[in-house]
Amino acid sequence: MKRLVLERRAAPLAWMRLGAPLLAVALTLLAAGLLVRLLGRDPWETFTIFFVTPLSTLYGLSEWLLRASPLILIGLGFTVALRANVWNIGAEGMFVVGAVAATVPALAFGDDHPVWLLPLMMLAGTLGGMAWAAIPAFLKTRANVNEILVTLMMNYVAGLLLSYLVNGPLRDPAGFNYPQSAPFDASAQFAPFGDAVRLNGSILITLAALPLTWLLLERSFLGYRMTVSGAAPAAARYAGFGQAGLVWAGLLISGGASGLAGMMEVAGPLGQLPLSVSPGYGFAAIIVAFVGRLKPLGIGLGGLLLSLLYLGGEAAQMSLGLPTAMTRIFQGALLFFLLGADILITHRLRWRDR
Amino acid sequence: MTSPRLELRSISKLYGSFRANDGISLSVAPGEIHALLGENGAGKSTLMKIVDGAIAADDGEILWDGQPVDIANPAAARRLGIEMVHQHFALFETATVAENIALAVSGKYDLKALSTRIADLSRRYGMPLDPARPVRDLSVGERQRVEILRSLMGAPKLLILDEPTAVLAPDAIGKLFDMLRRLAADGCGILFVSHKLEEIRALCHGATILRGGKVVGHADPRDTSAAELARMMVGAAPPALSHPAAIAEGKPRFEAIGLSAPAEGPFGAVLESVSFSLKGGEILGIAGVSGNGQGELLALLGGERRSASDMVWLDGEPVGHLGVASRRARGLALVPEERLGRATAPDLSLADNLLLTSHGGLVRGGLIERGKCADSAAEVIARLSVACSGPAALARSLSGGNLQKFIVGREMALAPRVLILSQPTWGVDIAAALFIRQSLIDLSRAGAAILVISEDLDELFELSDRIAVLHRGHLSKAEPATALDRGRVGLLMGGSAA
Repeated sequence: MKRLVLERRAAPLAWMRLGAPLLAVALTLLAAGLLVRLLGRDPWETFTIFFVTPLSTLYGLSEWLLRASPLILIGLGFTVALRANVWNIGAEGMFVVGAVAATVPALAFGDDHPVWLLPLMMLAGTLGGMAWAAIPAFLKTRANVNEILVTLMMNYVAGLLLSYLVNGPLRDPAGFNYPQSAPFDASAQFAPFGDAVRLNGSILITLAALPLTWLLLERSFLGYRMTVSGAAPAAARYAGFGQAGLVWAGLLISGGASGLAGMMEVAGPLGQLPLSVSPGYGFAAIIVAFVGRLKPLGIGLGGLLLSLLYLGGEAAQMSLGLPTAMTRIFQGALLFFLLGADILITHRLRWRDR
Repeated sequence: MTSPRLELRSISKLYGSFRANDGISLSVAPGEIHALLGENGAGKSTLMKIVDGAIAADDGEILWDGQPVDIANPAAARRLGIEMVHQHFALFETATVAENIALAVSGKYDLKALSTRIADLSRRYGMPLDPARPVRDLSVGERQRVEILRSLMGAPKLLILDEPTAVLAPDAIGKLFDMLRRLAADGCGILFVSHKLEEIRALCHGATILRGGKVVGHADPRDTSAAELARMMVGAAPPALSHPAAIAEGKPRFEAIGLSAPAEGPFGAVLESVSFSLKGGEILGIAGVSGNGQGELLALLGGERRSASDMVWLDGEPVGHLGVASRRARGLALVPEERLGRATAPDLSLADNLLLTSHGGLVRGGLIERGKCADSAAEVIARLSVACSGPAALARSLSGGNLQKFIVGREMALAPRVLILSQPTWGVDIAAALFIRQSLIDLSRAGAAILVISEDLDELFELSDRIAVLHRGHLSKAEPATALDRGRVGLLMGGSAA
């Protein structure tokens, strides 16, 4: 009698590191196809609407990059912190606080708009995200409080803070009591590249962050110290790398990137601070980072994939009446299959005699 | 004649194109203590893993009490009565001694009864051990006791020991040997892997010598000289150490003055007023069974733990309050006993691991100069003849001895004013150990002050100009090695004032 067993490979399979995400995408499509079938829709038509239609227009392409941008930026920050073995699950909250912090100067200047308003907002957004990340960093380094729990819970605090602000001090006086801020002046927004698209100059920030992150992770001494601290804490202590400083660096970089992404959102496509400032970018970016194998280039591609899922989900909702939850199901299935496929890097499946 | 307990016939194992085992045959009779001798990389570990069922042989036959058997996994080996004491321990840090042992014992989970049994066994074999202590607080030597006790729980028929004496004090080795002889007298076969030829000659009834994956000879160690055994193992007579007299002059280079520290954690050791003084050009050995404050002393001297500033002095300046980085900047280098995970990050390359302590000229403007790192690593690899595929090899891919050569070479390349080493040649094969020891002597004669903390008396007597003994947090007065005899050091290690 034979049975299927998982055996550890003598050495990790190098190509499987890249093959696992592809396998996961294939399995996700298969599972999603079955689900769509059960909902009584034609899988091919659904996939076409999900993955092809959004990219068939200039507007669609612009939306694709626009959505990918914050996902990639947050995913890069997440990866940097993870190098020091700091799990920042709180990017969603840092994104929100960054958006709030950028909104304050945008509204404060009213009609008088200096040219440096946009850079000021970028700074405010970044510092806002960092400030939110400083809380778990302080608790982790001073009292050894688990950063996963703190960052996760801080998301809900950030959500409530946002809710209070857009219903109170930051609410648009002329907004019919909608929970959102007043629209930003044009000088407080990134100008779109054209009349027909919403893509704007903030994409350049993300483009610059890709090589910078690579430089930080692969070539800088700071990245090296974080890597050692994460992979072999005793070796970091032996070498005299101050671990508290590395935890701070990881969380501040991650928080800064998330906060800046929040600023790009309110100063970009939204043009104001609404209650629904984030469609779950902070969480989706974690999937982006893992799909991208925690490498900058991979994260770029992962961001494009998750962005397409957002667009496809909306298109499928509009033209097929599929529920928006489909997007979440796609995201969840992708992460699920990816983590499952990852085991094939270090293990193999074999039939063995009982 | 009865059939052997274990017989191996032409066992072969290939890793890719590399023949780790090439037609190895040997047999162990019931009640026999059989030595398996060989350098690192000779194929001993592979062979033992095959017997233990951890890996499968590509070719050959295993006979157990005369019957061909297929040992598919370690559990099958357990069922036959084969127990193995590994050189690298497999213990859960957070669990207690009794809990760790309970994992290996089948039947009802009764920690209380088991603790009593452990206490009895450990007393009987002279290996004192509190069953309720968590493993994370144990020293290397104590962890090995847990491993040995664990393997004795199932009343084994064949016990495999991988370098078991490497971390034991002389009297503990004597007790271990008594225990092994008693075990053998009860009919248990024992496969004993060691580099210590004198011990093999004192203990073993037969020996199989491996070199390059092949059997190069069988011998009766009781009437074969150590030099002859070494020659068979290495393939040539090992060179003798050159140990010119120390020229320790001038001011003290490195000093501890009344260094005291409370225990860290409920099971940490206390240090009580430890004092020594070390000059450039000499080697001071600190002997003692681990768990007597060695870990604490190393942390306090290296800077991972801080003390009052005037308790540790470097070049006439108080440094007790400084951290690791500041002390390193002043010329202190350190080689801890844990090679993987502390002295190196296992999943980083040798070039990256070089950067761990040698970032001086290799980082510019916050960026790492990769090329220079690889060059420096290649230099260390060449100078210490480290067997590896090059600077890009992962630290975990190297054998213990080769990794240790790399670590010692890395710290030596810093031209340290003071070098502290803990167990520098534990589990390292003869040729590599000799090489490391000679390098240390040469370094000290070139002017460095060297402090060696070790449990291995052979090593300490070969290396040291002066020796002191650490027992229960007290350090004895350092005395010239030539004026000391082993018996006296052994007594001091055991706590009897001689």
